[in-house]
Amino acid sequence: MRNAITVCFRLKIDTLPKKNQTLSLKVVVSRSFADFTPQATFDIKKCDLHRLEEGPPLKAELTRDQGLQYYRTMQTVRRMELKADQLYKQKIIRGFCHLYDGQEACAAGIEASINPTDHLITAYRAHGYTYTRGVSIKEILAELTGRKGGVAKGKGGSMHMYAPHFYGGNGIVGAQVPLGAGIALACQYQGNNQLCVTLYGDGAANQGQLFESFNMAALWKLPCIFICENNKYGMGTSVERASASIDYYKRGDFIPGIRVDGMDVLCVREATKFAADHCRSGKGPIVMELQTYRYHGHSMSDPGVSYRTREEIQEVRTKSDPISMLKERMLSNNMASVEEFKEIDVDIRKQVEEAAQFATSDPEPPLEDLCNHIFYNNPPLEVRGTNPWSKLKSVS
Amino acid sequence: MLPYSGSVSLVSSFLFPPLQFVPPPNRSDWLCVVTPSVRRVTRSSDWSKSRRFPTGLAHSPAEDSLKMAASLRCFLRSGKKAVSALGQREFHRSAPAAAQVTVRDALNQAMDEELERDERVFLLGEEVAQYDGAYKVSRGLWKKYGDKRIIDTPISEMGFAGIAVGAAMAGLRPICEFMTFNFSMQAIDQVINSAAKTCYMSAGLQAVPIVFRGPNGASAGVAAQHSQCFAAWYAHCPGLKVVSPWNSEDAKGLLKSSIRDDNPVVFLENELLYGVPFEMSEEAQSKDFTIPIGKAKVERAGSHITLVSHSRYVGHCLDAAAVLAKEGIECELKLSRSPLPVVVLQVINLRTIRPMDVESIEASVMKTNHLVTVEGGWPQFGVGAEICARIMEGSAFNYLDSPVTRVTGVDIPMPYAKILEDHSLPQIKDIIFSVKKTLNV
Repeated sequence: MRNAITVCFRLKIDTLPKKNQTLSLKVVVSRSFADFTPQATFDIKKCDLHRLEEGPPLKAELTRDQGLQYYRTMQTVRRMELKADQLYKQKIIRGFCHLYDGQEACAAGIEASINPTDHLITAYRAHGYTYTRGVSIKEILAELTGRKGGVAKGKGGSMHMYAPHFYGGNGIVGAQVPLGAGIALACQYQGNNQLCVTLYGDGAANQGQLFESFNMAALWKLPCIFICENNKYGMGTSVERASASIDYYKRGDFIPGIRVDGMDVLCVREATKFAADHCRSGKGPIVMELQTYRYHGHSMSDPGVSYRTREEIQEVRTKSDPISMLKERMLSNNMASVEEFKEIDVDIRKQVEEAAQFATSDPEPPLEDLCNHIFYNNPPLEVRGTNPWSKLKSVS
Repeated sequence: MLPYSGSVSLVSSFLFPPLQFVPPPNRSDWLCVVTPSVRRVTRSSDWSKSRRFPTGLAHSPAEDSLKMAASLRCFLRSGKKAVSALGQREFHRSAPAAAQVTVRDALNQAMDEELERDERVFLLGEEVAQYDGAYKVSRGLWKKYGDKRIIDTPISEMGFAGIAVGAAMAGLRPICEFMTFNFSMQAIDQVINSAAKTCYMSAGLQAVPIVFRGPNGASAGVAAQHSQCFAAWYAHCPGLKVVSPWNSEDAKGLLKSSIRDDNPVVFLENELLYGVPFEMSEEAQSKDFTIPIGKAKVERAGSHITLVSHSRYVGHCLDAAAVLAKEGIECELKLSRSPLPVVVLQVINLRTIRPMDVESIEASVMKTNHLVTVEGGWPQFGVGAEICARIMEGSAFNYLDSPVTRVTGVDIPMPYAKILEDHSLPQIKDIIFSVKKTLNV
């Protein structure tokens, strides 16, 4: 149908005067998306199941628009993290910086399967989720550099970024899991059919408070999806050295679990959709394990090669990179062109560069802001400074 | 000659059952309620209703003089508050609309009213629902509000405290009960790192309107692991408000304010006070009665020395004040020129530990020139230590005629044996001794 329209257009244009014909040629070239496959179905890896009769489907449908959107999201997160790496090495970012590159499929896949009104909470490797939950690259990078244009006005830093329905960014390993269960309790209490996605890592999976949360979530059938992002290393300790059982999807014991290929955005999306349906139907919580990998070390102060080999990292990069996998899938099914991907890459690079420019040039928060926001919705109060004569003002 | 000259011992730790104590209907309630604690007769004007006086007295001049003596005692005990009490002590008029309410009932009323007022408020903790509360503070609430709003949790402090904080972040207004604050140590990360700091870390984007409440400090015979006072621990942290009520009015008004506050509040109750009845004015019984957080109250006017305290020890201070006043007055009656001055204490009930109302303390010190702090917690880095530092840093320092004295619990883990336990906590004689030392009398 689109081809027909293109032809008619062309015919009509040929009757126009010469000077307008060049215009029509441009129009024809840009309408070449009509040549692409609008939708394709892909086989995805079968998920291991725990206490479930059936799991997520083995095939995933992907439309062109969706594919491009996932690509854009993952590439943006990748470039943003690499820019953060650069800024950290230039000492413009300081303190903690835990990078998410390699794990982009998890953030993109989860966001694709839940609603913006659902809730999400994660640990400190949070920049990817901060982006997928709606915070701009500018605000994220400015928060990393500690400027007043940051999402938390420079007061939170890498691990404490918040957005509507996104609860951070939490520095204490495992503490976010009971918080997530509590958010799910609020969803159930308010009866709004929302759920909470609560993420943690393979290191946090051994925290006691997780099992307390599992117990209460299962007891009260809270609409909570517990997701373990297993990137094989908890800081410098491999999963085999930390956990008696590395089947993290089974650790919920009485809670059903799914093990998912976390490097495939479609697999993540389908599994999370399945989990979301499970929660929304009132069956209670569910545990997901996303098997993924991080290219960087635990944080910027960890080179990441003392506990694993460079060959291992290289192997994952070449064989299982989430962005490459999606790109190859789309190209081999003629869903997009190489030029299109290049255009997107260039556009993202530009955006990230602009954001970095903002993040390095924006002023630091004013000193008057030092004591603000201690309390919420509170009359102004006086705060003691470093010495008795220093009386600082705090407003909410 | 006052009839109760030998009553110093009466004023100190005697076991009197609280007035108008209604035995609970079944035995299990008794087991919770009847603790071998020190019960105080009410601080209000109802001395004549005390069991020490025979009931059914004929209306006679003897009775009148007895009642007058009672009023005088009452006046001495409760300072300026007793002026109104004297006014109430009209022998032939009907009783005022004030009522005797235990701290337990006051807390119960506060929670009931707030649960009714705002449907986002809910209570969770161990045994709060079907057991009616480990100390029966939440009695009747589960029956009235059901499973959705009064939630029994498993024994998972870190888990359910985190769940409560998460629920607060997502828009509800939880009341998280710790069976005692000793168990809050298991969950202290959630209280401090997840609740207290979040508003600041998010630059005001994320509020955490939560109340953590439960009994704090020493009970009776529960030994070291169940007797710690956490006022200093929590009051150390910015982002938290820490409240420590004494009587029923405090309990109700402050709990209502805490629940209505949009910030994390640590509400430190005292188990030994739960069963003690106090007079609550008609105003205090109303559904909208709140007490502002951050304001101390002068419980007893005085001019010689200021006593600052919180929670249970406010009562001890008032008793000490009564004793000292009586001593002085007795001497005055005996001899025309008394060598002992009348020691009139000003007793300040802090009500809130953080933010502390230092202005009230300073104003009082500027008037009396002497300060003694009284608390049940350990001395090092405690509430008294903070008051000393603040007074020293502020303008009131110039008005001090002697260094500030701290009366605290003994710096040891709480022992079990009764005699040892009694000597681990401030007694009235310790307060009196410290006052006299500070005044150098």
